[in-house]
Amino acid sequence: MQTTSDEVLIARIAGGDRLAMQVLFARHQVRVYRFVLRLVRNEATAEDLISDVFLDVWRQAGKFEGRSAVSTWMLSIARFKALSALRRKPEQELDDKTAEQIEDHADNPEVALAKKDKAAVLRQALSKLSAEHREIVDLVYYHEKSVEEVAGIVGIPEATVKTRMFYARKKLSELLKEQGIDRGWP
Amino acid sequence: MNTTNKEAHSDIEELLPWHAAGTLSRRDAQRVEAALARDPELARRYALVREELDETILLNETLGAPSGRAMEKLFAKIDAEPLRKPVLSLNFGVRVAGFFASLSPRTLAWSASAAALAILLQAGLIANIVLKEQSAGGYETASAPSTDPGVGAFTLIRFAPQASSDDITKFLEANKLQVAAGPMSGGLYKVRVAVTGLPKAELARIVKKLQEDKVVGFIATTE
Repeated sequence: MQTTSDEVLIARIAGGDRLAMQVLFARHQVRVYRFVLRLVRNEATAEDLISDVFLDVWRQAGKFEGRSAVSTWMLSIARFKALSALRRKPEQELDDKTAEQIEDHADNPEVALAKKDKAAVLRQALSKLSAEHREIVDLVYYHEKSVEEVAGIVGIPEATVKTRMFYARKKLSELLKEQGIDRGWP
Repeated sequence: MNTTNKEAHSDIEELLPWHAAGTLSRRDAQRVEAALARDPELARRYALVREELDETILLNETLGAPSGRAMEKLFAKIDAEPLRKPVLSLNFGVRVAGFFASLSPRTLAWSASAAALAILLQAGLIANIVLKEQSAGGYETASAPSTDPGVGAFTLIRFAPQASSDDITKFLEANKLQVAAGPMSGGLYKVRVAVTGLPKAELARIVKKLQEDKVVGFIATTE
């Protein structure tokens, strides 16, 4: 079965095709939502933001030049919206920090049980990474973005992308070590 | 390990996450593969990267999905937007891609000839635009046939998927036809069959005749 490419959908959206917009939304909404949710850590805010992201796609489709993949372009918009929302709602950042602190001191029975499961501890450590490190790890591993694409989305040089990813992974090892898992690296 | 080797090792190690995700260029992927094959410590570290990748995916997959509210909200906002005029500046590549997207999978087997056709017809369209621009600046005698592609008798044609560009060129030349616009939705082209308006019966006769040609998949009269 033939699938219409994202680029064709964008061209149709530029011409006001609502059906193409529905297809694009259905295709990308979950990934964009998860990317935003990992940044803002609030489901209601993430939902509001994705409708804003796709509204921007609707409005800007005619200006899309195809220099990057459509998904990369949308993640750039999503990141900008998420960071703007975080700047507008400092109390949410506070909630975020509070949540992190709770997680940091979460040496409760639940965590003790999780410690038995290395994979679960690893996921917990991934959640504890700073927003900057979380973002790059998600873009590389989950959103499957190349060095060049991450550089475009985050707005940093490619060399910085590589070093930031390296330090995110290093921090991950430190967090695992705190939980008693020594990976022997770095 | 000397400094140069250490730098090379560090360079390769930085690429491991992208290698695991399959987003490296072929050249870089080959460099990483070669390094992994000769360096057991690097291979061990690569296994750590694979674990991180697996758990990051799992973590994201457990985040759930947005509710239907997000889509409702989006389309309510789109409905509130001013009506949009079709964008004329869509680049040629996207238009061709759109043309292919409108074709059935079977038709795509003929993509090579279809691509040639699209270019040919686009060239015809450009030629028409040029003619239109020239005629707007020049003059015409009252009796001379119009070169304005907006004047004349027209049909809408969708060419048969199996028709090659040669077949179509011959068909257009033999019948003195001119592509005035397209491709439009559904792979249709507006084709001028006469440079002046024709009586309905005459136009219907021409359409019937053209319909018999194997190059034509669909044909209808149009304004």
